[in-house]
Amino acid sequence: MSSILLALIIGAAFGAVLDRIGASNPNYIGKMLNLTNLHLMKTILLAIGTGSVLMFAGQMAGLVDVGHMSVKSAYLGVFVGGVLLGIGWALAGYCPGTGLVAAATGRRDALAFLAGGLLGAAAYMATYPAVKDTGLLDAIAGGKVTLGSVPGAEYEGVTTLPGDILGIALGLAFIVVAFLLPERIAGEPDPVAAE
Amino acid sequence: MVLNWKLGGTLLGLVFFLAVLLVKPIGVSTQFVILDGVIWNAGDSTVVSQADDGAYTSTNAYLAKSGGKYAKSVANPLNYSFVFVIAMMLGGFLSAMARGGLSREEKKMPALWRASFGPSIGTRFLATFAGGFIVLYGARLAGGCTSGHMMSGMMQTSLSGYIFAAGAFLAAVPTAMFLYRQEA
Repeated sequence: MSSILLALIIGAAFGAVLDRIGASNPNYIGKMLNLTNLHLMKTILLAIGTGSVLMFAGQMAGLVDVGHMSVKSAYLGVFVGGVLLGIGWALAGYCPGTGLVAAATGRRDALAFLAGGLLGAAAYMATYPAVKDTGLLDAIAGGKVTLGSVPGAEYEGVTTLPGDILGIALGLAFIVVAFLLPERIAGEPDPVAAE
Repeated sequence: MVLNWKLGGTLLGLVFFLAVLLVKPIGVSTQFVILDGVIWNAGDSTVVSQADDGAYTSTNAYLAKSGGKYAKSVANPLNYSFVFVIAMMLGGFLSAMARGGLSREEKKMPALWRASFGPSIGTRFLATFAGGFIVLYGARLAGGCTSGHMMSGMMQTSLSGYIFAAGAFLAAVPTAMFLYRQEA
């Protein structure tokens, strides 16, 4: 049962943080994606960087179990699926996780998103054999790979660079980009952000 | 008002770190499939079955793939990943309540949408329904979503996370620039 308790604690923390950073608010998603307010982009980049540095530094210190890593396979469908998700993300302002949180915060249009999502997932379940036959799901570049070779991990590296040090370096790079990124790229200056 | 990005980003990063420290990287979109499976299996109990050796399988090829791990979750929805997404909703709800909740207008639709497309609830609901369909079809094709591929994936230096993020932003940015031309 302890795993259920962890699910409750980490899940609730994740949902609460998504609400507080504005990720479940389509106004902030839309303004991030049309490049008029990159505040949320800075938040996300800092989060990826922070998580990466802590995880790989923790691995090097022997505090984080390398076996907890879970690397997904690379295949052409990852890119195609990313494109589809990107279009729907911009249109609705929700992705799967933030759509759930948004519905819980009282956004009724998010309920329609969840209904569409359940149907979309069902459509994939129905068409999976046909998709598989296209070859879109065939692994490329080694499949489940990391950019460097992480010591002790079950995954191969795209390069032979030490994966933990590379992970920290890339994490720091994400943090630097978060600081350097301007709040706004497109359009006129917008002093007040809407809630 | 949202948290300053320095605080918000640090907190979000800590959550992703805690997840991989204590259990495994965060992911969400699979649970849409699991809920579909639970609903389907409730209506037709032959969808998911268990062999004598304890292994789960399904009449649906997607639920049966990878040794029936999705079929197993459908049969036992009280597992870490499924409870996790329910807890997400609970956490989001409590957080929103604690800051006073959303306005009536925002609950109907976001101001940014209203500025470009007007106050029709039907139009907005059609857009989010269609968006949800494309997002989840795409996420399942990709094998993950913004949480699993983009955040957890890039954090672990997964090649697939970078490929996914490239596809998502290359499509999302032009789409949003085309759709949202009115400031709100």
